[in-house]
Amino acid sequence: MITVEGLCKTFKVSKRSAGFKAATKALFKREYTEVEALRDVSFNINAGEVVGYIGPNGAGKSTTIKVMSGILVPDKGKCEILGRTPWNDRINHVKNIGVVFGQRSQLMWDIPVLDSFELLRDIYRVPQAKYKKNLDRLTDILDLGKIIETPVRQLSLGQRMRCEITASLLHSPQILFLDEPTIGLDAVSKVAVREFIKEINKENGVTVILTTHDMGDIEALTDRILLIGKGQILFDGSFNNLKRRYNTFSVLTVDYSGDGNIPEIENINIISKEKGRAVLKIDTKSRSVSSVISQLSSILEIREISVEARPIEEVIVALYKEYQI
Amino acid sequence: MRLYLKYIELLLKSQLQYKASFAMTICTQFLTPFSAFAGIYILFKRFGSIAGWSAYEVFLCFAIIGASFAVSTCLARGFDVFPNMVKNAAFDRVLVRPRGTIIQVLGSGFDIKRIGHLMQSIIILIIAISGINIQWNIFKVITIINMILGGTCIFSGVYMLQATFSFWTIEGLEVANILTHGVKEYASYPLNILPKWITRFFTFVIPFGCVNYLPLLLLLGRINKNRVFYMLLPLFGILFIIPCLFAWKFGVKHYRSTGS
Amino acid sequence: MRPYISAFRVRFLNGLQYRAAALGGLATQFFWGVMAIFIYQAFYISGGVPQTFNFSQLVTYIWLQQAFLALIMLYDWDSELFEMITSGNISYELCRPCNLYGFWYVKLLSKRLSSAALRFSPIIIVALLLPTPYKLSFPQSPVTFLLFIATLMLGLLLIVAISMLIYISTFKTMSPVGSMAFIGLVGEFFSGMTIPIPLMPEWLRAVCYILPFRWTADLPLRIYSGNIGVNEAVISIGVQFVWIIVLASAGAILMMRVTRRIVVQGG
Repeated sequence: MITVEGLCKTFKVSKRSAGFKAATKALFKREYTEVEALRDVSFNINAGEVVGYIGPNGAGKSTTIKVMSGILVPDKGKCEILGRTPWNDRINHVKNIGVVFGQRSQLMWDIPVLDSFELLRDIYRVPQAKYKKNLDRLTDILDLGKIIETPVRQLSLGQRMRCEITASLLHSPQILFLDEPTIGLDAVSKVAVREFIKEINKENGVTVILTTHDMGDIEALTDRILLIGKGQILFDGSFNNLKRRYNTFSVLTVDYSGDGNIPEIENINIISKEKGRAVLKIDTKSRSVSSVISQLSSILEIREISVEARPIEEVIVALYKEYQI
Repeated sequence: MRLYLKYIELLLKSQLQYKASFAMTICTQFLTPFSAFAGIYILFKRFGSIAGWSAYEVFLCFAIIGASFAVSTCLARGFDVFPNMVKNAAFDRVLVRPRGTIIQVLGSGFDIKRIGHLMQSIIILIIAISGINIQWNIFKVITIINMILGGTCIFSGVYMLQATFSFWTIEGLEVANILTHGVKEYASYPLNILPKWITRFFTFVIPFGCVNYLPLLLLLGRINKNRVFYMLLPLFGILFIIPCLFAWKFGVKHYRSTGS
Repeated sequence: MRPYISAFRVRFLNGLQYRAAALGGLATQFFWGVMAIFIYQAFYISGGVPQTFNFSQLVTYIWLQQAFLALIMLYDWDSELFEMITSGNISYELCRPCNLYGFWYVKLLSKRLSSAALRFSPIIIVALLLPTPYKLSFPQSPVTFLLFIATLMLGLLLIVAISMLIYISTFKTMSPVGSMAFIGLVGEFFSGMTIPIPLMPEWLRAVCYILPFRWTADLPLRIYSGNIGVNEAVISIGVQFVWIIVLASAGAILMMRVTRRIVVQGG
């Protein structure tokens, strides 16, 4: 449904250095550097998929989204979404997509949210019956209720974000682009937004492309990720596979009764040891967690065990490091 | 069209939220051109006339241009503040909607507070007409309406051009102020006061001449032939918008190939 | 002293970057200057040259107005300051080891100076080179020139003090547009920017002399062209000092009161 092939895009960015001399020099001559935002980017996405698009800042994520939305025309390459090239057939293409930019609002600030919704209904020419149906369903799932009757400026960030997502779905788009939708949200709102995305994906088959730095979003929503760095797609595949590659250790917390003594075991670091509780770091490349547990249970009287994988943030850091981005 | 009305409805609702600021701004909108009028009045008090035009005749010109300016700043506000839209990447959002860019930018700003300026212009218009002895007929009434219509279109076209510039650079747009505020100040005087080369610029490049000077001659009875021609002349102002539209489309194309 | 100098430097350098804006501004200002001169010329021809203000003095007045516009125009919209005022978010500012009034004063001052620095020389140079009736004339004597610079700089200090009062008033009115636009308009008229003060009727001129506005623009411009004599100029400097002290102290005191209220109430 979405085909992207060989996208290339270069930008000219003006250089501005600090200091008095540089400022006066800049009065007379501007210097430019060329930035290759996209280098031969290619991937395919099928209908109904949820894809996580990750990468460090400046890697080319928003550029890709802009090309797929039809906002930006690439220098080279092909892109076909639902049978159309986004930048050639902008108006028709755009009828089928919804966009949420995490930090910018599409709702008017001083008037009730509902008024902004009605404007969108008119812009997208949504028939009244369909609009009502969508609105009711969305307000129901996202628990909006009275919120839609208040002006945006009086809403909390979590409430606002839920309204933004509703706004982007009023016209029943087949594809949804989410740019950092959970940024700055409290835990409750984050969970609500994630649950919601899961539901509309399952129930309505909406294809979701999610740009995020929050790995919790990815964990909750999808297994497929696209990793972009310095303008190139570096990884396109399963998030779990990726984790497995970098999950080089696990942290085992053991609560035991009695006075057990934990011997020095190979490939195991004892992070902390107090009476009745020990925290061990296991090099999972050389030993499996289960074998360590069975070894310990023969020595100790284990009451409780918990296992934690390597923190996901660290996995990502290691990932970026390996790809040098 | 329905969409545009919807935009206006919501913008009004939004602006009326701040009643005190709203009222104060309308007052300022009234007083600003009034201050300019006071200046002109004082100068006429001291000098009596200018290049063969009496005070009230110049007031008439002033009022008509003022009215055009007021209406155009009300309608074209979206284009006036367009550089902000580019700076905040809000234009990206415009491109994501299945509607034309122009209707959306128009709909992003309808500044009803400009009615203060319009009221002032109407008052001056009445003062001016009462001070001159015009022999009224249907031609002249239509001419005044055309003048205001044409002037509005020209000013709006200039705002559109100014907005188009911001696709290339967000700075340096003060130049366009020449063409809006600057022209409004100086086209408030009948054009023949200014040197020939300026008059020519304002007749052929940005056609204020056809809403300022020539129809004015008709109104004041200084010309008696070709009446229909002079009456319809201001409508050339409406045609001015066409090249502005082309420039805009070109600007959007540039934006879409270079990003923000 | 250092934080003030640093704030000044940063804003000044930042202002210098806007060269495209300056270029555009230059074109605009030339246009205004040229147009104004033509219109006044037509008036002078129709109605005769006023005794107290000949054409060459008028031309000088107008060109100097345009060249130093950033220093004499009351209207200066600073979105950063207004944003802080309307949101009550002055917490960062209050954390600086400076007096808030002084800090903002310096910010406004540097912005004007940097804008003027970019623009004044091209305008002056071109205006000096124009054909005779329209050209900027040289100052009458080195003394008048020095007095011009002195009164211009004092006028700058005065106008920033007035400007600060506008910003402080916004803490109360919460209406940046209302305060700035309205007072900007009044200031513009009474400082001779709408029409030169010598061309106003007697009673209106008297009003101008009572208000602080003309002591920023009208005064230095007429000193330059000799329209105001040396003796009167020297006395005027005294008047400028008085106005600056009065308005700046008032501003500083009001600023303290206003910020104390915010700090107590919690923004």
